[in-house]
Amino acid sequence: MSIRVLAAGWQTSVQDGGRRGLAALGVGASGAMDVVSRRLANILVGNGENAAALEITLRGPRLRFDADCVVALTGAALDGLPMWRPVAVRAGTDIAFGTMQRGAYAYLAVAGGIESETVLGSRSTDIVAGFNAALAAGDVLPILESSHIQHRDLWRRFHARPLTGDSGNRDVFPANWSLNPRSWFDLDLHNPIGVIEGAHFAQLNDAARRALFDSTFRVGGDSSRMGLRLHSAHLDLREAMELVSSGVVPGTLQLPPSGDPIVLMAEAPTCGGYPRIGHVIAVDLPRLAQRRPGDSVRFTPISLDEAQTRYLERERALLALARTIKDRLQ
Amino acid sequence: MSAPRIEALGDCAALIHCGDAIDADVNAQALAIARALIDANLPGITDIAPAYASVCVRYDPCAWIGADAQSPFARLAARLGALVENAQPVAPIDAGLIEIPVSYGGESGPDLDDVATQAGLMREAVIDLHCGTEYRVAMLGFTPGFAYLLGLPEVLRMPRRATPRTRVPAGSVAIGGAQTGVYPRETPGGWHLIGRTEFNLFDPGRDPPALLAPGMRVRFMAI
Repeated sequence: MSIRVLAAGWQTSVQDGGRRGLAALGVGASGAMDVVSRRLANILVGNGENAAALEITLRGPRLRFDADCVVALTGAALDGLPMWRPVAVRAGTDIAFGTMQRGAYAYLAVAGGIESETVLGSRSTDIVAGFNAALAAGDVLPILESSHIQHRDLWRRFHARPLTGDSGNRDVFPANWSLNPRSWFDLDLHNPIGVIEGAHFAQLNDAARRALFDSTFRVGGDSSRMGLRLHSAHLDLREAMELVSSGVVPGTLQLPPSGDPIVLMAEAPTCGGYPRIGHVIAVDLPRLAQRRPGDSVRFTPISLDEAQTRYLERERALLALARTIKDRLQ
Repeated sequence: MSAPRIEALGDCAALIHCGDAIDADVNAQALAIARALIDANLPGITDIAPAYASVCVRYDPCAWIGADAQSPFARLAARLGALVENAQPVAPIDAGLIEIPVSYGGESGPDLDDVATQAGLMREAVIDLHCGTEYRVAMLGFTPGFAYLLGLPEVLRMPRRATPRTRVPAGSVAIGGAQTGVYPRETPGGWHLIGRTEFNLFDPGRDPPALLAPGMRVRFMAI
């Protein structure tokens, strides 16, 4: 079983749960930018949440499915497949994914999971570190045989109907139910992103402390999987700081001397020496990841206790959802 | 050891501080704490990474829920604090000596002459000083396998380049501030390049993947 890449799209890469336990070697976790969408895509096809899936960026790839597959597409909307549900795809089908009008990342999971090369215990691509690479036309991605879903009786189990009509593809059979993404996916740019004050928040000058939570930032064109650069209000410290390099993590809001803050993302380096003025809370990091260059970002202050309470709530809700969907797929 | 300061690095990580300076004793303490944490095998810890003067601990808050109203961070921090206080101060970890052959100057080290000028030394003196010192690996970071070395002679310490290079070749031996190190792969970089080694500092297919490890002693040999 395999998927053949006919066209790569803007930047399509394999992402699983990421590399763990290697920060001491300077190796970051990598993994999906929008972790929740990647987990949901896996849940929808009966995979373990951390199975390897495709991360699609802005403009989608064109893929050929060499065998009957069950797939699920989540994240930012793009043409190609009905989203947020399992979809059976017949062997030999080509699917051309479109361009996202809003948001930046979508995820395609395949029942069984993608069995691409493992580097340091993970299939995640880390573009900065050079572990695996974004997909290129001609790549072939092996697929693990799914133990949860037998493809033969999918149609019966999903009550699926073939897509019909001009834009329909008779070889694609979406389930007649879908996940309501509202609780899990949010592209509303007006909704602020929660930030916990960092160790050096107090070293910002008065104007900068106000500006961090009152002003509207724009995501810079020089953003990447490593970090989002935010422009507009320049933030200044009371006085310049010389810091000894120490650990940083995805979500850390750093302030380089330019005054334009950077939020570290999936490919965050393991250490940094810039002032840590804040940390985007874990539950809001997927929403921030979906902001594309030019999009606005506003921050709102949140206490550490509140952030952790929300994190625990999210994990409980995801666990319950995973159980419900698993029952439905049996 | 005295009670450390523990910083919440967002909601899924904590930073244990041992000091604020680049200092061999402080770094030895950070390495000892990291070792003690690895040995303690606490639940839900996904990464333990020592730096110059701190240890970064990544954790899953779900593993630190309790019956009381304490937050996962508060529970973890209490546990980390107790562990560090009870940790026996250990002799600096000695992870062995490695000698790295370096081709200094010319195309391999385009900034050697600049460094010599800034230090007020002949280029040969810069090479002799850089080779004549035994360094100690304080931490790995920035990029996989990049080792920050302690022990650069005072006279060779100098501010980073005003404009970082967009491409520094793999194997470049460089000086930045009070530090010296080797770039494992081609990356952008702001340090002064004084030489280059053929040694592969990081190979994900090798065990261990990183040539250098915290606590290791390093000598450079001019070839």
